[in-house]
Amino acid sequence: MNKLKSMRDAVAQIETGMTVGIGGWGPRRKPMALIRELLRSDVKDLTLVSYGGADVGMLCAAGKVKKLIFAFVSLDFIPLEPYFRKARQNTEIEIMEIDEGLMVLGLRAAAMGAPFIPTAVGLGTDVITRNKDLALVSSPYDDAKEWLAMPALNLDVSLVHVDKADQRGVCQIKGPDHYMDDLFVRAAASTIVTCDELVDTEYFHQNPEESRSVFWERSATTHVVKAEFGAHPSSCNPKYGVDVEHFKHYNASAKEEGGWQKYFDDYVAVGEKDYLEKVGGADAVRALSLPIY
Amino acid sequence: MSNEAISNPLADLLISACSNVFEGDGEVLASGIGLIQRLGASLAMVQNPDLMMTDSEAYVVTEPVPVGERNGYEPKRETWMGFSRIFDNVWSGARHALVGPSQIDQFGQTNISALGDYVKPKVQMLGVRGFPGNSICHANSFFVPAHSKRVFVEGEVDTVCSIGYNPARLPKGYSFDDIDIRQIITDLCVLDFEPGTKKMRIVSLHPGVTVDEVQDNTSFDLVKPDVLAETAMPTEQQLVSISALDPNNLRARAVKPR
Repeated sequence: MNKLKSMRDAVAQIETGMTVGIGGWGPRRKPMALIRELLRSDVKDLTLVSYGGADVGMLCAAGKVKKLIFAFVSLDFIPLEPYFRKARQNTEIEIMEIDEGLMVLGLRAAAMGAPFIPTAVGLGTDVITRNKDLALVSSPYDDAKEWLAMPALNLDVSLVHVDKADQRGVCQIKGPDHYMDDLFVRAAASTIVTCDELVDTEYFHQNPEESRSVFWERSATTHVVKAEFGAHPSSCNPKYGVDVEHFKHYNASAKEEGGWQKYFDDYVAVGEKDYLEKVGGADAVRALSLPIY
Repeated sequence: MSNEAISNPLADLLISACSNVFEGDGEVLASGIGLIQRLGASLAMVQNPDLMMTDSEAYVVTEPVPVGERNGYEPKRETWMGFSRIFDNVWSGARHALVGPSQIDQFGQTNISALGDYVKPKVQMLGVRGFPGNSICHANSFFVPAHSKRVFVEGEVDTVCSIGYNPARLPKGYSFDDIDIRQIITDLCVLDFEPGTKKMRIVSLHPGVTVDEVQDNTSFDLVKPDVLAETAMPTEQQLVSISALDPNNLRARAVKPR
C-alpha cells in the first residue's frame, strides 16, 4: 500500500475541533514542518496532547488551541516556552495538566482500548483537585487504597517525525530515544508521519539492527510525507541538533509587539522551501551540533 | 574572567551536602536535575557505585558523566533508558530524585507549575512535569539555591505538584510512611522532616549561618533541635572528585556566594 501524500493533502485530513497528539519531547524531534502546515491552514479549536515545545507554543500563538493536555511545555535550554506562557497567563486556553507518566498511561489506555488505567500517580496533588473530571476508584480486589483512574487519551490524529520511512509506512527512529511516539501512534485513529528520508524497503533488510529501530508496525502509520529537515528547529538526532539560535530568535519575538505575526510572516507563511533558505539552508541545518545534556 | 579563575566554596559545600541525601541508598537511580543537583548525585555515585545514573539523555551509565563540554569523553553507556523506561523505573520505586522546586511549603509539597491563581496564573512555569508520580512512587530530596520566604511559602504552595506530609491531602488508605521526602539542601542549611511529627526541621547550618537567619527566611515555623551540627565541609577527596566531575568549573557560577 502506497501511503505517500503531499504535506498539504496530509494536513487536510485534520479538521477543526479534532484532538491531535504530537510526538517528540520539548525541543526534540518535533514534527515542525507539519505544525507549520497546520499553522497555514484554517483549522482551529484543536485539543492538543503533547510533551510540549514550540509545537504547542506556535499553535497557541496562532489561536488554534481550544484545550491543551500537557505535563510541561519547555524548550529545555529556554525553560519557559514564551507563547504557551502568554496563552496561559491571558487565559486563552483550557487545560488539563497531568503528570508526564499519567500521559503515558492515558495514551496506553487509548492504545489498548481500555477506558482507564489505575495508578497512584497524581494522588495527593493538584492534578486531582484542578482536573474535576479525573475520577478516583477503589480496587475490586483486596486493597484498601484509592487509585486515580487515568482516562484513555483517545486521539483523532497523531503527528510524528522520523528519520526514515518507506512508502508503506515502515518508520525508523535512529536517535537515542523514540520518546512516546509509539504510544501517540497507537492512541490515534490516524497518524501522519513525516520523514527526513524516504527509503526503499530494501533499506531495512541490510541488517537486523535497522528493523530494531522501528517502533511500530506499518499498520499504525496512515500517511507518509517526505519532509527533509521536517523537525527543524527541533533536533532530529543523529541527523541534526537543536537550532539554538533560531529558538532564541523565536523566544525574543514573543517580547515584541506583533512579534508572532512577524515570525509567522518570515518563517511560516513563506512555505517550506523558503523556510529552509531563511534558516540558513540544508548545509547549515546538517551542521547543527547535537545537544549535550 | 574565565570560570577556571573563580573558586566558589559554597558550590562545593552544596554539592557535598547534596551527595549526602543519597547516603544509604542502595541500587537506585539517582536523578539530580539541575547542575548542583546532578553534581551531588554524581559525587554520591563516586562514593557508592551501586547507585545508578543516566547520561541525562537516554542511557544508564557505569560512571557519572562529567557536566558540560565532554572534550572527547565518551559516556560509559550500559543500558538503554529512554523516557518510557524512566517511568517504568519511577513506578518501581527504585529511584531517588533531587530536584529544585520554585516553592516548598511546611508539608514538603512543592510547585514548579504556576505561581498565583491557577486559572489565570501570574507566572506560568513549566507544568507539573513528573513531580506527582515521583512524589508518590519513590524518594525525593530538594535543592534551593537561595533560601527565602518566596521559596518557603506560608500555607500551601500555589500549585501542589508533589505530595507531602499534609494530612488534609492524604489519599484514602495511605499513611505518611508511604511518602519519602529525605532532605532539603539550601544555601543556608540542611533540612529534613522530624520523625513522627513530620514537621520540617533544621538538621545542620552551613558555616556562619544562624538559626535566626534560617527562620527569618522561612514563612513557617521550623523545628530547631537544641544541638545543631555545622554542615560538613567537603573532604579533600571529595574536592578532587568534584573537580573531575565538573572539569569546566560550571559550578562556580551556579550559586551566588553569600
